[in-house]
Amino acid sequence: MHTFAYVRPTTVAEAVAILDAGGRDARVLAGGTDLVIRLRDGSATPTTVIDLKRIADLRPGVREEGGRLTISATTVMTDVAADPLVRRHFPALAEAAAVVGSVQIRNRATLGGNVCNASPAADTATPLLVFDATVVAEGPGGTRRIAIDDFFVRSGVTTLQRGELVTAIELPIPAVATGSAHVRRTRRRGHDLASVTLSVRVDALGVTRFAYGSVGPRPVLAVDDTGVLADPAVPAEARSAILERMFADASPSPRSMRASPAYRLAMLRVLGARALRSAIEQLAAGSD
Amino acid sequence: MAETHRIEVTVNGLPRMLEVPPHHTLLDVLRDDLRLTGAKECCLVGECGACTVIVDGRTVDSCLVLAVEADGCEITTVEGLAQDGSLDPLQRAFLDEGAAQCGFCIPGQLMAAHALLAGNPHPTVAEIQEGLAGNLCRCGSYLQITDAVLATAAEGTRR
Repeated sequence: MHTFAYVRPTTVAEAVAILDAGGRDARVLAGGTDLVIRLRDGSATPTTVIDLKRIADLRPGVREEGGRLTISATTVMTDVAADPLVRRHFPALAEAAAVVGSVQIRNRATLGGNVCNASPAADTATPLLVFDATVVAEGPGGTRRIAIDDFFVRSGVTTLQRGELVTAIELPIPAVATGSAHVRRTRRRGHDLASVTLSVRVDALGVTRFAYGSVGPRPVLAVDDTGVLADPAVPAEARSAILERMFADASPSPRSMRASPAYRLAMLRVLGARALRSAIEQLAAGSD
Repeated sequence: MAETHRIEVTVNGLPRMLEVPPHHTLLDVLRDDLRLTGAKECCLVGECGACTVIVDGRTVDSCLVLAVEADGCEITTVEGLAQDGSLDPLQRAFLDEGAAQCGFCIPGQLMAAHALLAGNPHPTVAEIQEGLAGNLCRCGSYLQITDAVLATAAEGTRR
């Protein structure tokens, strides 16, 4: 591994100043499950690595305030998956966090890191999209709140600007009853990246939100507000046209080694239908 | 030569003060500086789990942790399992069940299993498989490893 200067700021302002000064030569270190691999294989060659884990204001944790959940960017997947507030209000996010990597990876990988790496296959990206999350970024110009759908550009690229780092993810607690589910397809059971990763959320007002990843350069959000998909009484034929529209933005790469485009597109529909059933059942059970 | 950082860690109950360059991983320091060679260097991308150690009660792939990040942490490696020359019950069960074939992955398997049992003393087979999913065994001893964890859990009940 090439060497670099390791800095451990204690305030967000200090971290932002170092990040801004370093520009492309500075990298933020949270869990390290992606960055340390890239430092070793030479695909990232920063001169400065900024460890966020000793910043008091970025301590891991989940808090509820003002009708929303705020998850600190440094919260690891193990804790996101186990958090009672996340499980109660955002079950699909808890499910997604629970299947990232292995136990060892989940004990280190952070929610902020998963979002900032902007992998098309990031499992937590799809629940954050269906739950309408906001990415909170701190930078030289102050705080910026970015809708998650405006955050992802393509693999490894986000709309973060120079000197900005993600401090938290905010999730509005749904005002109406909702059901949600996360599902994924992997080559093998256990520790693997997803060939398709998908979340869905239905609510009592009849709105259905799908988000899917690993089938294009960035995760995609698709919304149905006709009420058709959320209504289990609607016959399958009536739903299929809308479902097709939901999945129209999938464009899997033919060069990926994990699965062919045809397989991914077929599985997207299977998983979509399966997740939708689970979410509708959850909504019905919660409304009883 | 890179600037080094002074870190203080507790390794298997012993406080250690070390000077580490920023680009050395926890695995490098455990193996090369502390001569604790139980944790193995293998895939170096967090897929195989051969380098698993426990940091502040949680398993990590030590190849993906910079040593300097571990400053102030409590670390347990496979060398810390046996007490006073007696094998830990989990190690004993691995031997009894024939779970250790070539042995290369076993330190990592033991640490993953140790952490699993600490949080869940009576795991189901599915929970063991999930808990150890980050530890690959090229000899394919998964059944024996699972049996060893089950046997340790059962023994814990008897004691």
